[in-house]
Amino acid sequence: MLDGQIIEIVALSLRVSVFAVILAALIGVPLGALLAVGRFPGRNLATMTINALMGLPPVVVGLGLYLLLSRSGPLGILQLLYTPTAMIIAQMILVTPIIASFSQQVLSDLHAEYDEMLRAMKATRLQVMGTLIRDARHALVTAFLAGLGRALSEIGAVMIVGGNINHATRVMTTAIALETSKGNLRLAVSLGLILLGLAFVINIALVVLRTRLERQAHA
Amino acid sequence: MKQLATIAAMCLLLPLRLIAGEGGIILQSTTSTQNSGLYEYLLPLLEQDTGLRVKVVAVGTGQALKNARNCDGDVLLVHAREAEEAFVANEYGLKRHDVMYNDFVLIGPASDPARVRGAGSATEALRRIAAARVPFVSRGDDSGTHRKEISLWKTAGLDPAAGRESWYRETGSGMGATLNIAAGMGAYTLTDRATWISFGNKAGLEILHEGDPALFNQYGVIAVNPARCPGMNTKGAQTFITWLLSPRGQKAIAAYRLNGQQLFFPNAKGKTAKGE
Repeated sequence: MLDGQIIEIVALSLRVSVFAVILAALIGVPLGALLAVGRFPGRNLATMTINALMGLPPVVVGLGLYLLLSRSGPLGILQLLYTPTAMIIAQMILVTPIIASFSQQVLSDLHAEYDEMLRAMKATRLQVMGTLIRDARHALVTAFLAGLGRALSEIGAVMIVGGNINHATRVMTTAIALETSKGNLRLAVSLGLILLGLAFVINIALVVLRTRLERQAHA
Repeated sequence: MKQLATIAAMCLLLPLRLIAGEGGIILQSTTSTQNSGLYEYLLPLLEQDTGLRVKVVAVGTGQALKNARNCDGDVLLVHAREAEEAFVANEYGLKRHDVMYNDFVLIGPASDPARVRGAGSATEALRRIAAARVPFVSRGDDSGTHRKEISLWKTAGLDPAAGRESWYRETGSGMGATLNIAAGMGAYTLTDRATWISFGNKAGLEILHEGDPALFNQYGVIAVNPARCPGMNTKGAQTFITWLLSPRGQKAIAAYRLNGQQLFFPNAKGKTAKGE
């Protein structure tokens, strides 16, 4: 495998996973805030469901999405199967419960702390949610990282809906599986180490960023 | 909130735009042709000649046929003749063409505990493995190789899969993963020769039986029927098939070598073309 090809694969992995995490955050954080602040029937059930969905097997997500996106499936007309978009959707489904669940915990704790003050200010529910999310944004970065970790390391779903197509939908994990199946164990391990290194670099970068932001906020 | 929704929609559509409108075809094919590096050699030549871009989804023959039935591919290149003919007979595909062949080989530990070496036929070799009760790993995934293996056991008058024999293990995985398992266990298994030659983790395994005419491995190509699957790139599929069956395509298949060995032998229209 050539260097250019590895860069292409790493770039697609990052593009797909980062897109998926952004979308999952846009859904997961408001959902977590709603569960943390809202008082409505079925809230406990919704919380439990989201917590359970964190253990969703990627293969099942991939299979379900395949049936939906297949040309003979209900969404076949969109022609999304075997595209990065299908992979982004699959990972978004897997990451959203993680971010929602984590957000709910963080925001619940913060809500308990702020409750009296917010009541005194007669803040509306939406304002409360907005305030909590703004103040918890540094802590929420950890949720995004957990989600990104899940997305980058996931293989079951992207293999099915992406198809591991060279120059189109091949990402780190599917490339590792392919090289393993070719018996190129050394190359497979090298790719695994690149993936590990990538996760490490992203974590360091975000921790540094968070520390800086926190320092600014406290200064 | 409206802004967020717009951004979300754009995020979703952007990658779609990048991929759509490329006018290529999707080829549902087998792991053996992909793992051997054949497509990496053939497809650039095809693109040079015709401008056609081919995206390969490499799965077992059984899954490739099912995916194609769901209209999730424009053309098929697989190796299970009966299943392919049924696919055409049921009007899922247009016409089946022979493309190339190679053969299956029986591999196992060099020490050969079942004394398969020197068996007069493939079925005799399998009988010896069953009699010695030494580990044999089966694909167990409805692939072309799995179908061949089952038909060989049948000819041998044995049915180890039904008997839940402890020496007979179904991996349910691709050829490469199954070879890794065979290498790890020191087991026997049936593999196509192309995957075996290109496989990098042979770990003490070697070819113990080969050359039986029953081990013939024919690859066929079929365009998916556009009458059942509207919106297929049938023109692209036909371009692909025509090129593959043309003297130029056939010569390219014969010219592909790995470690100095020819992996696939072109035989379009039933003619056998050997070497360059």
